[in-house]
Amino acid sequence: MKIAILGMGSVGRGLLEMIDGKELGLMVTGIADSKSALMDPDGIHIEEVLMAKRERGYCGDKSLSAADVVERCDYDVLVEVTPTDADSGEPATGFMKTAIGRGKHVVTSNKGPIALHFSTLQSLARKHGVVIRYEATVGGAIPVMHTLEHGLAGNRVLAVYGILNGTSNFILTRMAAEGLTYEQALLEAREMGYAEADPTYDVKGIDAAIKLVILSNTIWKRNVKLSDVTITGIDMLTNDALRLAEDQHCTIRLIAEAIPEKGILRVAPRILPRTHPLVVENTLNAITIDTDMAGEITLIGKGAGSRETASACIGDLLFIKDSHARGN
Amino acid sequence: MKLEMKDSPGQLVAALKPISEVGGNIIAVIHQRDEKAEGDVLGVQIVLELQEQRLGELLSLIKSQGVNVLRLGKERLLYKQTMIMIGHIMHTDLGDTVDRIDCTGFAEVTELTMVMPAINEPSSARLVIKAVNKADMEQALGILRGVAKEKNLLIIEPLEATG
Repeated sequence: MKIAILGMGSVGRGLLEMIDGKELGLMVTGIADSKSALMDPDGIHIEEVLMAKRERGYCGDKSLSAADVVERCDYDVLVEVTPTDADSGEPATGFMKTAIGRGKHVVTSNKGPIALHFSTLQSLARKHGVVIRYEATVGGAIPVMHTLEHGLAGNRVLAVYGILNGTSNFILTRMAAEGLTYEQALLEAREMGYAEADPTYDVKGIDAAIKLVILSNTIWKRNVKLSDVTITGIDMLTNDALRLAEDQHCTIRLIAEAIPEKGILRVAPRILPRTHPLVVENTLNAITIDTDMAGEITLIGKGAGSRETASACIGDLLFIKDSHARGN
Repeated sequence: MKLEMKDSPGQLVAALKPISEVGGNIIAVIHQRDEKAEGDVLGVQIVLELQEQRLGELLSLIKSQGVNVLRLGKERLLYKQTMIMIGHIMHTDLGDTVDRIDCTGFAEVTELTMVMPAINEPSSARLVIKAVNKADMEQALGILRGVAKEKNLLIIEPLEATG
């Protein structure tokens, strides 16, 4: 199956390394980064491109762009792994629409387009007889979408609860374990490379809320928006508050929660017993799905990282390869 | 509510049956032979939930079965939730914050542990609220959320509060 990859950040590079190192039956025919692109209908030599990117900072031909790959390249699936723009979802959404219009499947790790334009993209894909898959957008390596779609098929999902942001979970873990202040724990998260220079999205609960929107729309198809989520971040938390919780064998975690029957859609720090299955340490993510038949199912795993995100994308790609793609 | 009774064959069943007849909910039955007791005396403690106005009816039903009620303890506020509050808790009139819950009559702040690190820095407090039942707890939480919004305090609720 032929794939074209947009984005050569840590996710794109991780994906290329895994595809190169494993026998997955995937052939890369197009690659684009923010400055350049390259195409080869017979398959790109991945190692050379990774080396070029490492040495000169761009992957291919500067006279070509991502748009050229999307519009002209010969591929079965467009893999969109550029950074998230949570305000407009562009240019990724435009690229996806173009690919779908050409009858190509889409796999993405990009939260912006899925959170903002889910129903538009889904109905467009349906119209063109292709699928759009986005396992990597929520919970990193955790196969939550596959679990919902296949493992829990036939169940009615009553609620989802989750720790969907590794950075804030790391900060809370460190505040509880070492008695650090919020500022100290944030600094440590930055030093470890877990927090961005501007940590707003993570610590204010916005990233978790975007993922909650994606989960909710996948499960209940009610077309909720980020503005429907009640959001409280962790940036006001004191280490005293964590100690008061720990005194009672509890702790505090940033929990994203959706219970449509009660009209609840929120992200907020919450008190949980230390033994609660959602209390995971450091940058781990955890998701509990409450269903009518299976009861509660909790998935725990790495919420970010290059190989971990590649795992989610490859799961989507191989699903498409097995069940949808024509002329493998 | 706790009951203790003397034992003779069939009395445990006789004592439990009236509870469901008056719409009570048995939470626990603790059945232990009292070592100090002589003969076939059996102490049984029953923890149950019951509307207060039906208590008299229950007691007379139990007595009519020939069971003696030795002790009766009442706990009106059965639902307990712990939450944490962060902000300028003292300077936004802590007395008033607690009062708004207490004055409802169906919920009370029964414990408050507070840490005040330094002047002008936000304090943190752990509150235990007790309420008559789950619905009243939800209502008390609603009041507290409103107060927190008004006074710019952050409330951290337990996950079970809504789940």
